Amino acid sequence: MSDTPIDRVAKATPPSVASKIRGLSDRTIAWLFVAPTIFLLLAVNIFPLIWTINLSFTNFKANRPNREVDYIGLRNYERILTDGDIWLSMQATAHFLFWTIFLQVLIGFTLAWLINRKFKGNDLWTTLIVLPMMLSPAVVGNFWTFLYQPQIGLFNYGVSFFTGIDPSSFQMIGDVALAPWSIVIVDTWMWTPFVMLICLAGLRSIPDYIYEAAEIDRASKWRQFWTITVPMVLPFLMLAVLFRGIENFKMFDLVVQLTGGGPGSVTELTSINLKREAFEKWRTGYASAYAIILFVTVFGLASIYVKALNKVKER
Amino acid sequence: MSEFVSGLIRFRRGAWEMLASILIAIGVIMLMQPLALWAYTYSFIVTLTGTVMFIVVSHFPE
Repeated sequence: MSDTPIDRVAKATPPSVASKIRGLSDRTIAWLFVAPTIFLLLAVNIFPLIWTINLSFTNFKANRPNREVDYIGLRNYERILTDGDIWLSMQATAHFLFWTIFLQVLIGFTLAWLINRKFKGNDLWTTLIVLPMMLSPAVVGNFWTFLYQPQIGLFNYGVSFFTGIDPSSFQMIGDVALAPWSIVIVDTWMWTPFVMLICLAGLRSIPDYIYEAAEIDRASKWRQFWTITVPMVLPFLMLAVLFRGIENFKMFDLVVQLTGGGPGSVTELTSINLKREAFEKWRTGYASAYAIILFVTVFGLASIYVKALNKVKER
Repeated sequence: MSEFVSGLIRFRRGAWEMLASILIAIGVIMLMQPLALWAYTYSFIVTLTGTVMFIVVSHFPE
């Protein structure tokens, strides 16, 4: 009988090593396999987190590493939480988060619902719709700055075509009132396909016999939608909201390319503001405290969300 | 409501997780609202309390 791969490995193992392994319990061997991952997690996630918490209580500046570092207690937190500029940047982030998630869920679900209907060429349509999310955010930010140009931009001409407004009469990026909407539009354009794909997975996981049973019970299409489709797609939708919420809370590249945080600071989201504090003003201790505040907020929201998701799955 | 209160008294996970979630939600709203600076100032302590509470109470019995 030929040897199995396990037999061959056992034979190839030097006797000295084999005798050592034979003496180990299953639990120890399991720990040996898991140890590299745990070490990596500690080195990449836990240690930087603890170090950031430590820095948040100091006046450390990374551009002056030899300067004496003083522990200043909670002063960084106190300054951040009374700073009107950071408060404004939190509001800009809230506006961006709320509207991008709302629009992406609404349009993404509608597209998924339409694509899920069997029609000729729906594979081609799916491919075309998911194209934007395959692009780099830096590229998307760059070419949307051209689309938003008041003189040559296609966006302004599109709006002009439908509304009759003069295309050069408004600036999406340069106007204080319109700039926050310009980043919402681009993010929605780019990431709606992602929500659509998740919803599509949810819609395709609903077995046909449930709808057939509802038809036999003479449930209307409207009732089938609210009592079968929506509840069964809800866990998928909630996952999409979680992913997009966390991603958009730390949105950086697309907005930097598109508006650079301007005009003024109306589109300066917290991640851009944080980067300025950390790597332009070099206030490392202050920026660490800022990062901890954002971390606790995202962590708290994610905890609630995971709990809600588990509840929906249990139903 | 009485079930919620009795859950709190008997240290049950569901009731305490609910309380922690409410605190986190209030904290996040306070952080991002555009109306009062004092609410923004106290938002972090509310969120932090809720988050730490959530981690602790998730080990309570069902």
